[in-house]
Amino acid sequence: MRPATIWRVVGLVLLVAAAAVIPLAKNVTVTHVGVFVLLYVGSAVAWNIFSGFTGYISLGAAVFFGVGVYTVALLSKHLNLVGGVVFALYPVAGLVAAAVAVPFGLVALRVRRHTFVVVTIAVFFIFQLMAYNFSWTGGATGIFPPFLNWDPNTFDMPFYYTALLIAVGAAVLAWAIWGSRFGLQLRAIRDDEDRARGLGVKTMRVKLAAFVISGFIIGMLGGLYFYFQSEALPEYAFNPFFDLTIALMAFLGGFGTLSGPIFGALLLEPYLGYAQFQISNAYLSEAVLGALFLVVIILLPRGILPTAAEKLTAWRAAWERRSAAPAGAAVGPAGAGPPVDAANTSAAGTGAPGTGSAR
Amino acid sequence: MTVLLRTEGICKAFGGVQALDDCSIEVGQGSIAGLIGPNGSGKTTLFNMITGYGRVDSGNVYLNDTKITNLAPDRVFALGIGRTFQLTRVFSRLTVMENMIVAAHHKERAGQGSGWLRNPFARAGGPATRRRAMELLGFTGIAKLAGDRAETLSYGQRKLLELSYVLIAEPEIILLDEPAGGVNPTLIGTISDRIRELNRQGTTFLIVEHNMEFVMGLCDQVTVLDNGNPVVTGPPDVIRNDHRVLDAYLGIAEEDDDAA
Repeated sequence: MRPATIWRVVGLVLLVAAAAVIPLAKNVTVTHVGVFVLLYVGSAVAWNIFSGFTGYISLGAAVFFGVGVYTVALLSKHLNLVGGVVFALYPVAGLVAAAVAVPFGLVALRVRRHTFVVVTIAVFFIFQLMAYNFSWTGGATGIFPPFLNWDPNTFDMPFYYTALLIAVGAAVLAWAIWGSRFGLQLRAIRDDEDRARGLGVKTMRVKLAAFVISGFIIGMLGGLYFYFQSEALPEYAFNPFFDLTIALMAFLGGFGTLSGPIFGALLLEPYLGYAQFQISNAYLSEAVLGALFLVVIILLPRGILPTAAEKLTAWRAAWERRSAAPAGAAVGPAGAGPPVDAANTSAAGTGAPGTGSAR
Repeated sequence: MTVLLRTEGICKAFGGVQALDDCSIEVGQGSIAGLIGPNGSGKTTLFNMITGYGRVDSGNVYLNDTKITNLAPDRVFALGIGRTFQLTRVFSRLTVMENMIVAAHHKERAGQGSGWLRNPFARAGGPATRRRAMELLGFTGIAKLAGDRAETLSYGQRKLLELSYVLIAEPEIILLDEPAGGVNPTLIGTISDRIRELNRQGTTFLIVEHNMEFVMGLCDQVTVLDNGNPVVTGPPDVIRNDHRVLDAYLGIAEEDDDAA
């Protein structure tokens, strides 16, 4: 394995271990925030599978989230589900969200760039309006689940572990997609969609598949949210800040990379949780969020991880040059540059490019 | 000689500009055909119409006498027409090897049995594909760049990459849009050597180029386009001396007989 892969595996193992240990603290506030962190990690990773890989920035992910919330809400209301069976509803929520993603994608994916962004926002508001105005969604008062007769001290735990499962699953899925032919086609579309089409890539089908996959995952997380928060309210199920937040997380960590969205979500969500409790003025925390977005776009357009990786590579190359210099000129530039030859390429071909870019 | 690619009376207008006007050309199987003409004469538009990057207003395109008019670019490519672009288009954030693998997709899939049973998460690019890609990159002389991101390549290297990844799909005919444009003379030599070699192995070429030395040295047959209409077709030495070519490039001469 290449060093980059090893680091990534080590990082992931450490994260999962840390995540598994956190509940041992038996602190309700900690686990409560933990569920939200995992919910956002999963959502940001799922968002990135479509938007990050293809370059199509969607601000309509909350549609999937809200559809997931309401799917579970309606099922629970009509079937009066209270036992462990509620966790079996996540995949149902995911499937319904995925089903919504198909027509949504078929319409929105006909256009690109800014137009695409605007179309996704428009679709989002259509869904929010529907949630507010239909009688079967409960309108502005929403839907509340049947009372879960669980011990309040351990109430969070099943949500915590299922959220962890979904987040890790999403990350593994993203990794599997990245190196696959499917993932390569998505990234080819990001670089030059028309050219990809001219090389035989069925672009519409490929984009739609990624859109549906990301919808499925986010829909499941919406399903989780309903019983966890015990509410389906239009303003929280279809929340415009949901999209801004996960997009910011992905951009902060590294847009279109594998670890970036995870890193960004881990960094940002604890702050948001804190701000929600500690900053009494809600508009202030939103203003901070907006300001942070501007700072990231201006100063770190590629995100923290890719920029850091680049600096690290440059620094290491400089260091190797310096340490190689006394050994004589024989080492030359070959010591500093990444060696690339036929044998090496078969391993590195689909991997991160030789010169220090994080995925 | 059998005709491989044929266009029949293609017309295409962009607003008020008639880019192609009753444009009929033929490219013989196994030949290297040239397409020249002044700027704006419709050469690239003709390429776009053939490869599905635009819809014709009227007229038809045939490959091996099968009508392929207005098919989508991915279909045209699958049928065996590869092309390069005047301003090279490579996938800049993918590595050179990954660029090759994207283009090899069709060939690779054909060898893997049918549709839905394939593992969707199979790693891209099997060993056979990678070996073939390295061979082709060696052939065009950029093998040592295989692991680099395409955005780090020079303009000329990108042209070679574009040629390489079109080759990996093994198209019957390759349309080259200004392969020598903006490329240094040594590299131009390499490019024309490679084209000749591929042609010997059976690949047909249709080349748009402004570099006359390049076109005349390479092509069996040259067509001159003027205002979207082919004015003359013939072997290079005939074209070189045809007054209509000069007219097309320089405008109609006042007196054209006394010059000699």
